[in-house]
Amino acid sequence: MQKIGVFVCWCGSNIAATVDVKAVANAMRSEPGVVFSTDYQYMCSENGQNLIKDAIRDYKLDGIVVCSCSPRMHEATFRKTAMAAGLNPYMVEIANIREQCSWIHKDMPEGTEKAMVLARAAIAKVKKNAPLTAGTSPVTKRALVIGGGIAGIQTALDVADAGYEVDIVEKSPTIGGRMAQLDKTFPTLDCAACILTPKMVEANQHEKINLITYSELENVSGFVGNFTARIRKKARHVDEKKCTGCGVCTEKCPSRKGLNEFNMGLNTRGAIYIPFAQAIPNLAVIDTSNCIHFKTGKCGICEKNCSAGAIKFDQEDEIIERKYGAIVVATGFKPIDASYFDEYAYTQSKDVVTSLEFERLMNAAGPSKGVLVRPSDGEHPHDITFIQCVGSRCSHDATKGKEYCSKICCMYTAKHAMLVREKYPDVNVHVFYIDVRTPGKNFDEFYRRAVEQYDVDYIKGMVGKVTVEGKKLHVQGSSLLSNDQLHIYSDMVVLATAIEPDPTARSIGTMLTASMDTNDFFTEAHPKLRPVESPTAGIFLSGVCQGPKDIPETVAQAGAAASKVIGLLSKNELVGNPCVAHANELLCNGCSQCERVCPYGAITYVEKEVRGPEFRGVKRVAQVNEAVCQGCGACTVTCPSTAMDLKGFSNNQIIAEVDAICR
Amino acid sequence: MQRELIERLNALIGEGVGKRVLGWKRGEFFYDTEPAILAADQLDELVYDSFCGPNLSKYLIQEMPKLGEGEKIIALIKPCDSYSFNQLCTEHRINKDKVYVIGVGCKGKIDVDKIRARGITGITGIDVDGDALTVHTLYGDEQVNRKEVLLNKCLSCKGKEHRVFDEQIGESEETSTGDDRFDMVKKLEAMSAEERFAFWRGELSKCIRCNACRNVCPACSCVKCVFDNPNTGVQNKAAADDFEENLFHIIRAFHVAGRCTDCGECSRVCPQGIPLHLLNRKFISDIDELYGEYQAGEEVGQRHPVINYTQGDCEPSIVHERGSNA
Repeated sequence: MQKIGVFVCWCGSNIAATVDVKAVANAMRSEPGVVFSTDYQYMCSENGQNLIKDAIRDYKLDGIVVCSCSPRMHEATFRKTAMAAGLNPYMVEIANIREQCSWIHKDMPEGTEKAMVLARAAIAKVKKNAPLTAGTSPVTKRALVIGGGIAGIQTALDVADAGYEVDIVEKSPTIGGRMAQLDKTFPTLDCAACILTPKMVEANQHEKINLITYSELENVSGFVGNFTARIRKKARHVDEKKCTGCGVCTEKCPSRKGLNEFNMGLNTRGAIYIPFAQAIPNLAVIDTSNCIHFKTGKCGICEKNCSAGAIKFDQEDEIIERKYGAIVVATGFKPIDASYFDEYAYTQSKDVVTSLEFERLMNAAGPSKGVLVRPSDGEHPHDITFIQCVGSRCSHDATKGKEYCSKICCMYTAKHAMLVREKYPDVNVHVFYIDVRTPGKNFDEFYRRAVEQYDVDYIKGMVGKVTVEGKKLHVQGSSLLSNDQLHIYSDMVVLATAIEPDPTARSIGTMLTASMDTNDFFTEAHPKLRPVESPTAGIFLSGVCQGPKDIPETVAQAGAAASKVIGLLSKNELVGNPCVAHANELLCNGCSQCERVCPYGAITYVEKEVRGPEFRGVKRVAQVNEAVCQGCGACTVTCPSTAMDLKGFSNNQIIAEVDAICR
Repeated sequence: MQRELIERLNALIGEGVGKRVLGWKRGEFFYDTEPAILAADQLDELVYDSFCGPNLSKYLIQEMPKLGEGEKIIALIKPCDSYSFNQLCTEHRINKDKVYVIGVGCKGKIDVDKIRARGITGITGIDVDGDALTVHTLYGDEQVNRKEVLLNKCLSCKGKEHRVFDEQIGESEETSTGDDRFDMVKKLEAMSAEERFAFWRGELSKCIRCNACRNVCPACSCVKCVFDNPNTGVQNKAAADDFEENLFHIIRAFHVAGRCTDCGECSRVCPQGIPLHLLNRKFISDIDELYGEYQAGEEVGQRHPVINYTQGDCEPSIVHERGSNA
């Protein structure tokens, strides 16, 4: 008979307030196989751990059950405790009586009963546990950063500075991302390009950083320390080695239909183009959907004018396959589509713009060369209304918009208002807001400057409707403070649209098996304690892909993600998980279903001589590569004959748990 | 056609294509046929007529290890059986290289019970002429429309195309009624949970656990079935009481999900007349709806949606929402 010890933790009052811990410990004492059962205030404390160690030695325990918090919190702690007392660490089971019991129940008898049931299930399982030993796997010392915005650039620079190779894969033809599109940055009003472009140049020149631009991730396989990524490098139709970035082709191109993405489509560009002056790499790219040569087979003016002979109409996509130890997601954001909010007349008037479009209108490299003009007629505006929270902070049952606060809009709207008043004191500026949120260093001072020094007309209230009336935009809103219905006739309306994760994030999340929330933001391993790691080992999060952030926060998080990557890449090998699958060759049908379902490619089939009471001879059987298996269990549930089983989570163990619960 | 078939088989054996044939032979009564492995000197026992309903593909599994290097077995495969054949090839249970497949023509097979259900008894023989069926009985001849007495599985015929063959003999005919094969599944889905539970309890409580459904099923081909394996922990469970007994069929349906070709053999052989194929069809209709239309056994090497991941797969939450609404 096995000797099992049960240790019930109070977790202060976290558990003890809803679960009668003494009653649980007493009840478990009479469970078959249990030779020791006790409770303690903080089982994870040194005293608590010593209590466990002493009991293991004194009662010669060969398995323990700790009734405490989630195994995600302290399973590792108690495994180490058991190991220190000479017990195999995989002879430890955790009954989660906190997250799955005390925290979700209010009634003490109910909570106590459930805690007992969970404890019994863990006892039933630990009795069927077997000692396991973990193997190791090597770490590929190279990181992949997905996205070349400020988040990706910063993470790559920090990882590369630590001496590791980094690849940045960026879907557009240049790195720089959203920050490159900004004019000035709050709260210091320094120019975005002036602080970003040095970093872009540094990333380009860094000997450890490899930029893979105009490329998309197609597939990722493998696991922490050992990922394999397939990257499609789209054809630029320009020879990267020959193109000097002189820009002659972009000027000569007769096609002028392509919308300029960098300027948010406010003007057009050639079919061959360089996204912006400081683009990195500074190479032209052909937009085949607008190129006359690709549409008709004629033209070829760029080819004739290129002194470097860099135009390659027949260039094809290239597939790069490479191994990585760690992957950083830095896929960033996009503003939501403002046309969903047509009460603000976005699709009816060119003079209703989003804040990112306004950013381009104010920028010296923008479509109006930095002169603020109405997009419809090029005239100087005299009255501008800003509307905040367009699509942010919507009620959960709203059919459009997001429930969350986009975090950056209050500050950039204050910035826009201030910049307009600074450059054009004759322009009246109104800002409609629900709340002004400025919780950052020097943020509130910045906002107050807009109100107090620059005399921006902040109106607490929302706009109900914007209508086009002649050359004017009739803004109808309410002022909650003066309890007035307002009618403002503006020349321009600027919508502070919510931001949402880049549309590519969802498919990347699927590829990486990294979890996401309902808004498609990546989920952290722990919202407070592991904010830059995905729950999927080896995947790290940088920037807005994890949640709305401003630039300083993004850069801080990018550095944090880099430090986690460096920590991982500095290891030569990783201790694996011994809870891996194994096949019972006598039961194996050789049907290959497990091989097909395995997301890690850990299963292969061999013809092998098998001897058993009912079968003797050569048969086709599954074999698990234990270094590659991640213990996900997909094969065990696929196998119809239960030939495939998972060590530490065997079918029998799980059935024993269910039986104990249903007893 | 039977005579033509036997002649061809004799010729093939003469040419050394194979030594034995998987086909049908007569059972106890003239309308009983049973799967048989016949050597060259037993070929006169071979039967191919309107009663050759049984799906033969599964019987090839046990023949595989008996075949020497380069040796083949000759198998008679009807169009619908060819799906099971391919599915078993996909699962590496049959090696196509070891089988010479004769795609035999099929115009639908007759269910003798449907003739009896018309009050015709003392049946002694049958003559088929197109759709005209002359049933000889002790009390004289009766005329029946052949189409009206086909096996249920023939009413959702997969068509006359053999998905695998080395040569074809005989004409085939599509016998599907054109009704949606998921009609009954839809009716069950429309029921309340209580009604559906009552329906299945009513049906499954008839089960006598003869295991005929499992033994005939080409997808139920495990080396050792979990219900025969005392170490699985489920073997005794499904025998503890009559309710748990019912779970046998549910577990079986889960085990064949994605691999079931809807051959209908489970319901055909059930001595208690339980419509077992409906459980499998529910899975098939769910797979079709969630992952796009899928027919197991259409090609060799298919990866069925249940063991495949694609980026276009529906989100798990969608599956969950459907589950909780049902």
